[in-house]
Amino acid sequence: MTEITLSHYLTVAALLFSLGVFGIFVNRKNVIVILMSIELMLLAVNINFVAFSIYLGDLTGQVFALLVLTVAACEAAIGLAILVSFERNRGSIAVEDINVMKG
Amino acid sequence: MNLFSAFFYLFSTLTVASASMVVFSRNPVHSTLFLVLSFFNVAGLFVLLGAEFLAMTLILVYVGAVSVLFLFIVMMLDINFVKLNEGFMSYLPIGACVMGVLLIELFIAFGAWKGFPNAYNLLQAPIEEHLSNTEALGRVLYTRYVYHFQSAGLILLIAMIGAIVLTLRHKPGVLRQVVADQIARCPETSVEIRKVKSGQGI
Repeated sequence: MTEITLSHYLTVAALLFSLGVFGIFVNRKNVIVILMSIELMLLAVNINFVAFSIYLGDLTGQVFALLVLTVAACEAAIGLAILVSFERNRGSIAVEDINVMKG
Repeated sequence: MNLFSAFFYLFSTLTVASASMVVFSRNPVHSTLFLVLSFFNVAGLFVLLGAEFLAMTLILVYVGAVSVLFLFIVMMLDINFVKLNEGFMSYLPIGACVMGVLLIELFIAFGAWKGFPNAYNLLQAPIEEHLSNTEALGRVLYTRYVYHFQSAGLILLIAMIGAIVLTLRHKPGVLRQVVADQIARCPETSVEIRKVKSGQGI
C-alpha cells in the first residue's frame, strides 16, 4: 500500500462533490435534500482547501476553509428560514409550487 | 499498510458511503443523520491531515448546529414525503450522466496537474512546525486576515437577523407591550377625576 498523497484527498473531494451534484438532480422535488446536497458540495470544497493547505505548507487554505464553513452555516440557516415562511404562506414546500416570480 | 493509510481509507470510504446515503435515502430524517455521519468522517480526515482546529469547528458547527436545524425543520414542517420522492427514477439517468461527466472532468484535470514549482515561493502564511495548528491559525487569522475574519462575523450577524425577520410573525389578538404607546400616555387620556358622593359610591 502506498503513502497517502494529495491526490487521494482530491479523489475523495471529487467523489463527494459529484455526489452533491447528483443529489441535486435526483431529488428535484425535495428542497430539504437539495440543501443537504449543497452542504455536501461545500464540504468537498473544504476538503480540497485543507488538503492543498497542508501539502503546500500554507495556512491560507485553512483560513478560507473557515470562511467557507461560515458561509455554509449562514446559507443553511437562511434557506431553512425561507422554507419555513414559504410553508406558512403556501402550505407546501414542493419545488414545482415555487413559481410565483415566474413571468 | 500503516495505521495512517488504514484510517484514511476507513474515513474516506465512510464519508462517500454516507454521502450517497444522504442522496438515496427515502426519509429526510435518515438523510440528515447520514449527513452528520459524513461530516464526522470528514472531521476525521482533517485530523489525519493535521488541521485539528477545522476538524473541531466542523463537528461543533455541523454536528452541533446545522444538523439540529435540519432535523428541526424536517420534523416541524408537515410534509408528504412520499409525494416529494416521486420522479426519483425519472431523474436518475440525467443525474448519473452529469455526475459521470463531472467525475471524468475532475479526474482528467487532477491527472494532468503536476503542481507548480513556483507555488512554494509564493506562500502567504507558511506553516511553522513548532506551533500547534490552532495557535498558528489564530496568529494568521487575527493579524493578516483580520478583515476577512470580521466580515465573516458580519455575515453571521446578517444571517441571524435575516432568519429572525423571515420567521417572525405577529398573531392578531395577543396582548403585548408597546413601549411607544406607553410613553405617549398623558394624564388627560389616562386619568379621569370624578366626584364621589359620600355614602353612595360610583
